Amino acid sequence: MESLVVVGASLAGLRAVETARKDGFTGRVTLIGAEKHLPYDRPPLSKAFLDRGEDELAPPRPFYRDERFFIEDLDVDLLLGSPATALDPAAKTVYIGNRGVAYDAVVLATGSGARRLPGTELLSGVHALRTLDDAEALRDALADGGPVVVVGGGFIGSEIASSARKRGFDVTIVEATPAPLARAIGADMGAAIASLHYRNGTTLLCGTGVEAIEGGGHVERVVLTDGRTLPAAIVVAGIGSVPAVEWLDGSGLTLDNGIVCDETLWTGVEGVYAAGDVARWPNPTFGSLQRMENWTAAAEQGARAVRNALDPARAQPYATVPYYWSDWYGDRIQFVGVPDADEVAWVEGAVDDDGRWVVLYRAGERLVGALTVRAPSEIMKYRGLIQRGASWVDALEFATSRHRARA
Amino acid sequence: MKISVDYEKCTGLGICESLAPDVFEVDDSGALVLLKESLSDEEREAVEAAVAACPTEALRLHSVVTTPSVARP
Repeated sequence: MESLVVVGASLAGLRAVETARKDGFTGRVTLIGAEKHLPYDRPPLSKAFLDRGEDELAPPRPFYRDERFFIEDLDVDLLLGSPATALDPAAKTVYIGNRGVAYDAVVLATGSGARRLPGTELLSGVHALRTLDDAEALRDALADGGPVVVVGGGFIGSEIASSARKRGFDVTIVEATPAPLARAIGADMGAAIASLHYRNGTTLLCGTGVEAIEGGGHVERVVLTDGRTLPAAIVVAGIGSVPAVEWLDGSGLTLDNGIVCDETLWTGVEGVYAAGDVARWPNPTFGSLQRMENWTAAAEQGARAVRNALDPARAQPYATVPYYWSDWYGDRIQFVGVPDADEVAWVEGAVDDDGRWVVLYRAGERLVGALTVRAPSEIMKYRGLIQRGASWVDALEFATSRHRARA
Repeated sequence: MKISVDYEKCTGLGICESLAPDVFEVDDSGALVLLKESLSDEEREAVEAAVAACPTEALRLHSVVTTPSVARP
């Protein structure tokens, strides 16, 4: 094993190269990134990074490490601003255009690309948020004022709405489905946490789509499918992302909503592993094919995939209870597990109170998920219970004991 | 081994608590509480994982340097 190539220079790719060196890999390591930037932390981009600093200074760019660290400490060849264009598993080569980079082991971690609003390419003031460049463009736009229309009521859209409200702008979220976040936390809880928007002065319109985005040069209004028209100086698309795997068409990998892998994040092709948003793998904790789009999984999979790639004979499965968080209007929302449930039960709080919310998800007789709002002390207890396969009865008993201890 | 927390960076996301619940706990206000500061060798592996997994890179693990006892006046 002489040459490790990591394709994708965000969190999963960073963890892959760091882990390889930490574990003592002494061969050549190449990190290929589509963006010109060094790896940076994405969660802040839709949160604090959009805020105006107290002294009007923009928050610093959230780079994880400086260039010197990669070159001198990690001895990594950085190929940034160089999107990979093809993988040839027979020749064990990754291509960047005509340039080939040979590998003995490769970790594919090309992440996701934001869906953008079609037909708005010629209109300024229309944004999406995925990259550092996107975030800087949006932050600059927010300095010039609203009103702001956010298309899509998911976590990213909601965080952007929260940042825009903090600046005092009129904000409207347009969500095509009847309740936001149905896929992430279930329709009932999606509707419940939507109340945070109402309480904080953001208008949320559900069950209506966008018919047209209009303006002369710069965006001026959003026309909805129900006939309403919203004035807009800034439009932000928060309509999800798609795994960046088109470049692997024809590579022989199984592509189906990401790169299909086994439990060890192996793609089934010699030397080729996947990590982060692109990896769709059978998560042993739940026994089903899953694909994550969260920080925690990207970090862990990057490390696991590279260890397995460098020592396939001792490859270990990657099992996890998913965890993600979101910050809206100063309130922290946290979710662990999966939302596909037979029953969702409030064990603390209620939709009309602004204290702690703890909500549990049951599938069969088992606890499979937990959602908390403003309850940071509770969430990880439930992650532990889900990891250990706790029964629903035990989870409810635990919740009661927590509640009693606080009373 | 000894753990230190940079409270300027920590936002109480709790990944450390899920990896090493005997050592870390997030309290009601979202602040991280160290349940113990000195670690046994058995706890060390879990804490190392927690240090590596912290999204805000707020955790550090130090070897404890035993200073020779100094005669006090």
